[in-house]
Amino acid sequence: MIPTIPLLRSGSPYCSLDVQSIEAVGGGDEVARITMANSGLIRRDLLDMTRGRAALQKFSASDLLDITVSAGDIFLHDDLPVGQEGQLQSPDDYLLSLAATSGLPHALIRMNMERLHGVFGEVPTIFKGLSRGLPPEILDGGHFLDEGVRLSFVPTTDALGVILPSNSPAVNALWIPALAMKTPVVLKPGREEPWTPWRVIQAFIKAGAPAEAFSFYPAGHDGSAAIIRRCGRVMLFGGDDTVSQYENDPSVEVHGAGRSKILLGEDEIENWRDHLDLMIRSVSANSGRSCINASCIVVPRYADEIADALADALLGMSVRAQDDPEASLSGFANPRMAEWINGAIEEGLKEGGARDVSLEKRDGSDRYVLRDSMHYMLPTITRCQSIDHSLGNTEFLFPYASVIEMPQSEMLDSIGKSLAVAAISSDEAWIESLIAADHIERLNVGAMATNHIEWDQPHEGNLFEFLYRRRSIQVA
Amino acid sequence: MTSDEARSQLDERLEEILAWHFDEETGCPFWLHWKSQAGWDPRKEVKSFDDIHRFDHFQDEWLRDEKNERFVPRGMKGRPFNVFETGGTTGLPKQRVGWDDYKHDYEMFSGTLADEHFPPGANWIMVGPTGPRRLRLAVEHLAQFRGGSCYHIDLDPRWVKKLIIRKQIDEVERYQRHVIDQAVEIIKHRDIGCMFTTPKLLEAIGERISIPGAGIKGVFCGGTTMTPQAVRFWVEEVLEGKTRLVPTYGNTLMGLAVSRPLDETYSVTYYAPQPRAVLRVVNPEDTAITMPYGEFGRVELTTLTKEFFMPRFLERDEAIRREPIDDYPWDGVGDVRPFGAMEKKVVEGVY
Repeated sequence: MIPTIPLLRSGSPYCSLDVQSIEAVGGGDEVARITMANSGLIRRDLLDMTRGRAALQKFSASDLLDITVSAGDIFLHDDLPVGQEGQLQSPDDYLLSLAATSGLPHALIRMNMERLHGVFGEVPTIFKGLSRGLPPEILDGGHFLDEGVRLSFVPTTDALGVILPSNSPAVNALWIPALAMKTPVVLKPGREEPWTPWRVIQAFIKAGAPAEAFSFYPAGHDGSAAIIRRCGRVMLFGGDDTVSQYENDPSVEVHGAGRSKILLGEDEIENWRDHLDLMIRSVSANSGRSCINASCIVVPRYADEIADALADALLGMSVRAQDDPEASLSGFANPRMAEWINGAIEEGLKEGGARDVSLEKRDGSDRYVLRDSMHYMLPTITRCQSIDHSLGNTEFLFPYASVIEMPQSEMLDSIGKSLAVAAISSDEAWIESLIAADHIERLNVGAMATNHIEWDQPHEGNLFEFLYRRRSIQVA
Repeated sequence: MTSDEARSQLDERLEEILAWHFDEETGCPFWLHWKSQAGWDPRKEVKSFDDIHRFDHFQDEWLRDEKNERFVPRGMKGRPFNVFETGGTTGLPKQRVGWDDYKHDYEMFSGTLADEHFPPGANWIMVGPTGPRRLRLAVEHLAQFRGGSCYHIDLDPRWVKKLIIRKQIDEVERYQRHVIDQAVEIIKHRDIGCMFTTPKLLEAIGERISIPGAGIKGVFCGGTTMTPQAVRFWVEEVLEGKTRLVPTYGNTLMGLAVSRPLDETYSVTYYAPQPRAVLRVVNPEDTAITMPYGEFGRVELTTLTKEFFMPRFLERDEAIRREPIDDYPWDGVGDVRPFGAMEKKVVEGVY
C-alpha cells in the first residue's frame, strides 16, 4: 500500500485535505502521498510551541542524550511507522523510497544512513563540544555552579525551525542534537524527501522522546515563510541570495555555499602526490554535494599537474545504475538544476582564462549525461588562471573543483569567505595567520580532507549558542 | 426552478439587457459606438445566451482607457454615479460606474444568509479593502438591509502589493498588525455579530482572539484562493466549529457569487447571481468551448444589468466546472485559483 504521510502538529498526526503525490524520478510510479500544511495552520500552531519544550523538560539532558544515541540504532536497524495506515518501513524500504524519489544511488544513501547514525551516536560529544565542555546538567536546573562560576542559560526560542532541502539526507544531522538541548523541532521537509526527517522523528519517538517535541509540516513556499517568520530560531539551506537575505538576522542561520578549499603550503607542494587521495576525497565524497566538499584547490606550483592528476583520478566516477554498489555519482531529479550548472560552466569557459581538464580527458564528451531519467554532471576539474575567474571560487552540487596557482603569501587574502579550509602545511607562521582569519569557518590543519569532521567542533555556527544564550544570575 | 427555467430566465434577461444597452434612447455611448463600428446589431442577432460568443471578450483595459461617462447609459441620465475601482498598484486603476447594482446584489445575497448565524439587527465589521471599492458600500448596505450598522477597518491592498514586490516583508507584517490591532479593538469593545473579511485577515484575527468567543456568529469571506484544506482549517480551528463561514467569490465587475453549503470535502463551489451575471468555465485555448463538468478551465464572466453590460470578460482565475444544484440550477465554479497557478508563481493573496 502506498503510504500517506501526515503532518505532525506537536506530535499529533493530522491528515490535510491537500494531498500530493510523490512520484519516482522521471515520472515513474507513485511512491507516496504527502499531505500538505496550509500556512495559516502552521502560523497558528507556532503561536504556542511551549508544549513541546515542557515535554522535553520532563527529561534530564542526560536522558535525552541517551535517547538520541538509542534513536540512532533504531534509525539504522528498525522497522518504523510510515504514513497514516500503520505501515512499517524497514531500513531497506527507506533506502528504496528515498532512492526512488531523490534519484540518489543506493551506495550513497547507505553512506548517509551511516553518517546520520554516527551523528546520533556522537551527540554526547557534540553537546560537549558545542557547550565548550559543560555538563548536560547545565540545561536541567535554572543555574549551575561550574568551577566556582555560576552559569545559567536561557533558551532563545521555543522551537527550532528547519527548512530542509530535497537533495541531501545528511543535512538532517544538523538538527538532531537540538532534541538533547531540550528544543522542539519544526521541520519542513523538501518535497521529494520527506523520508529522512520522518524516519529520524520516528526513531526518536520509539527511543522514548516525547512526540510533542516534533512538528512536521510538508508545505509550499508560504509554509516555509510562516516557519521563518514565526520560529524564534530557524535553520535553512540556500544559495548566495538566501544567505544575503538573512545575513543580518540573528534568528536565521542559512547554510549556503561553502566554497571550501584546500590550500597546499610551500613546504608541502613538492609532496603533492602524497596528498592526491585527500584531494580526491575532499572533492568527490558524497558526490560533491556537501558544503564541506572542496571546490577550489590553491597551490603555489604544479597546478597543471595537480589538475591533470585529479581529472584522471575522477574519470572513474562515472554514471552507473542506481543500485550498483560502485555508484558514487548522484544525479539530479530536476533537469533544470543540471542544465543551469552546465550552462554556468560553459559560460565561464567562454570567458577565457579557464579550461575544463576533465573534458579534455574525456576527449570532449559532454559532462552533462542523461541516464534512466536522471540528469548527471560528470566530475569536472577546471584549471583557472585566477581565483577571481567566475569558475575559480564557486561551488556546484556535484564533484567540481578549480585548481589555482598563487604564492602562499597571497592565499589568505584571496580565498574569500570559506566554510572549510584544509591547510596542508607545517609552516607555523602561516598556520597562525590562518587561525586568526575570520573568513575561515572551519580550519583543518595538516593532511586532512575538507570533509573530515570531528564531532566536538561546531559546524557552520554553534547550535548550542544558537539555541541558548548565557544570562546573568545572582543567587543570595 | 429547473435548469430549463433558469435558462429561459437568462435568455429573457439577455434580451432585455441588449435592448437597453443598444437602444439609442437608453444605451451608453461606449456600446452605441461599438455597435456602429461592429456592423451588426446584437438585439437582432443574439437570440439566446448560446449566441453570446458573437461578442469578443470584453477588455478590462477599456475600463481604464475610456472615460467613465462613456459607460453611463442614457437611461440613467441625470443620476450621479458611483465610481468603483478594481486592482491597480500604479497609474490609473480600472473603474466601473454604478448606481444601485450593489444594493440589488447584496440584498439577493442577504436572502441566502441564515438568521441563526447572521442575526437580523446585528452589527457588522468589515475588515478589508475599503476606499474606492464597491465592497465598502456593499457590506454596509448588507448590514443595514439586515437591520444593523457596520464598522470599517481599512486595508490598502495596493500598498501591501508594493511592499511585497519590494520584499519588505517586515513592513507587510507591521501593516497587517496595524490593521488587526484596530479590528480587535472594535470587536472587543462594540457589539459585533457578523464580519466580512479576507482569508488572511480572518486567520490573523483568529490568532489574536477567539472569534466565536467575541460573539461573532457569522463570517462572510471573499478574496483569494480558498483551498479545501484552508476552508476546513478556518471552519474547524479559526472559527472553532461555532461561527458560520460563508465563502464568496466576487468583484467589482460581477457582484457576488455565493457558495453552496460546505460538505465534508470543504471544496468551495460558487454560483453566480444569475441572471444578473453568468460564470462559464471555458477552455483557455478556445474560449468558445465550455469545459466538461469536473475539469479546470478559465473563468469567463458576463455581467447583465441595466447599469453595466460586460460580455465574456476573462477573469484572471481558473476553476472546476461544477454541476447545477437545486438552489442554483446553473453551472457553478469550484476550487477557484489564479489562472496558471500550477504553472507559474502568481502574486496573490496580499490581503
